[in-house]
Amino acid sequence: MTAIDPGVPALCVQALKKTYDNGVEALKGVSLEVAPGDFYALLGPNGAGKSTLIGIVSSLVNKTSGTVKVCGIDIDADRSAAMRQLGLVPQEINFNMFEKPIDICVNYAGFYGIPREVALERAEKVLRDAQLWEKANVMSRTLSGGMKRRLMIARAMMTEPRLLILDEPTAGVDIEIRRGMWQTLKKINAAGTTIILTTHYLEEAEALCRHLAIIDHGRIVAEGSMKSMLARLDVEGFLFDVENELPLQLPEIEGATLIALDGHTLDLDMPRAMDLNRVFDAFDDAGIRVRSMRTKSNRLEELFVRMISAPQEAAEVEVRA
Amino acid sequence: MSNPNLIALGTIVRREVVRILRIWPQTLVPPAITMTLYFLIFGGLIGSRVGQMDGVGYMAFIVPGLVMMSVIQNSYGNISSSFFGAKFGRHIEELMVSPMPNWVILTGYVAGAVLRGLLVGAIVMAIAMLFTPVRMPHPFITIASVLLGATIFSLAGFVNAVYAKKFDDITIVPTFILTPLTYLGGVFYSVKLLPEWAQAATHLNPIFYMVNAFRYGLLGVSDVPVWTAFALMLVFVVGLGALGLWLLKRGIGMRS
Repeated sequence: MTAIDPGVPALCVQALKKTYDNGVEALKGVSLEVAPGDFYALLGPNGAGKSTLIGIVSSLVNKTSGTVKVCGIDIDADRSAAMRQLGLVPQEINFNMFEKPIDICVNYAGFYGIPREVALERAEKVLRDAQLWEKANVMSRTLSGGMKRRLMIARAMMTEPRLLILDEPTAGVDIEIRRGMWQTLKKINAAGTTIILTTHYLEEAEALCRHLAIIDHGRIVAEGSMKSMLARLDVEGFLFDVENELPLQLPEIEGATLIALDGHTLDLDMPRAMDLNRVFDAFDDAGIRVRSMRTKSNRLEELFVRMISAPQEAAEVEVRA
Repeated sequence: MSNPNLIALGTIVRREVVRILRIWPQTLVPPAITMTLYFLIFGGLIGSRVGQMDGVGYMAFIVPGLVMMSVIQNSYGNISSSFFGAKFGRHIEELMVSPMPNWVILTGYVAGAVLRGLLVGAIVMAIAMLFTPVRMPHPFITIASVLLGATIFSLAGFVNAVYAKKFDDITIVPTFILTPLTYLGGVFYSVKLLPEWAQAATHLNPIFYMVNAFRYGLLGVSDVPVWTAFALMLVFVVGLGALGLWLLKRGIGMRS
């Protein structure tokens, strides 16, 4: 049995490479470290390599080279001990639809060597936490989409993992269920479980996570604390709804970019340090009367788009907070 | 029981047994009906005109073959459908991410399939005893041969399920390989009735040895030396078991 030092990173990945049999290089030397207790976002567009990375860590995908340590345990040296630290909530539903939630949870614990009487007690707790206790004895295939997702989180918590990995856990669920799941994940993290989350909802990552990495084309293109990453955004974007017809010639504003989206809407990108009054002065001079204005997108989304649209430049300015 | 591997093994076996009993109209009833028809038509109607075979009545002669046929088909069918179903439904991932070693996964599925084979075998034997008395002069050989036969075809069904990519793939082998080998393995006749070349060809059929070992246990007659049959069955268990473990280690059909 491998001894575990509580101070070691929850996940340490070094120079991880994966080339599939069809020649696709999904990971091209990924290295990252997740501190114990962290809430960590792994972001990237479709096909970036997120699910491959998670698959290798959870031993669903064979790696080509590199090392993976879960809570300090090398998955090659002692796979069983490493997997005991890990809980996985995959992207696709992967429980037996013909089993009851209580059986799914109890059997899952059994696969980890947890005695049945202990598993039955835990199953009641995790199903109550997931608000599924009333459905504990119905066929799982009759559960709603949101309930199935919550069941996968409940199942993963049966083994009380030190590291919980969730691969797009809220994909396709409505906003109310999503917010409920956020609360559940916050509670799990507050109780000491390290969480790694992949998501396409960047507001989700911004609301939950303290650190993030952006992965694209099999490489980490940016990594750091949420705070430091967002501070890197030196440009803000606004949309203006204009009351009157826009002039043919838009005003020139030094340092900013102004584009007409249609006859009554303006799109502005400006440096953060720039005084917004200068913009309004220029609008006044051009006879543009603004009815309302709003920020163009959420901040993390802006960062994400910039990172993955210019991966080469992004790679050069990689930071670690 | 506090050993994590034994708890995991017990969990897989329990889940398999629950599955077998949950879908009993698919798992237990069809072989009972089919074998009853075999006993009525082949044993009763046709058998009464055949007379004796290898010194025993024809009805008694086909009992071991029909029991073994049921055991083989059900062991094979159980593991191939259950394991492939787990792959298809992706809940195989529950096992792949768990800390349990590969031998536990393989043993658990094989034990579940063997239990179904034995359960169906016991049902068919009970039906057979309604038609003809069964003496069982060699109980140890009877039990050992049925256990080994069930294990061999559970392991073979596992290999089939690992490589299967669609449900058709787990029906092709039973339809085009298993059934012909069973029917040509001396279930309904003594190999001595065949021409020499066919007798030689029959000796290449592993099911022939299983049926005859089992027949020796039940009736005390066999077309092959019983220890040859056991040696061959053990070789198959070891070979297929090693292949199953290797497939799990490599993650073939399961890990990309």
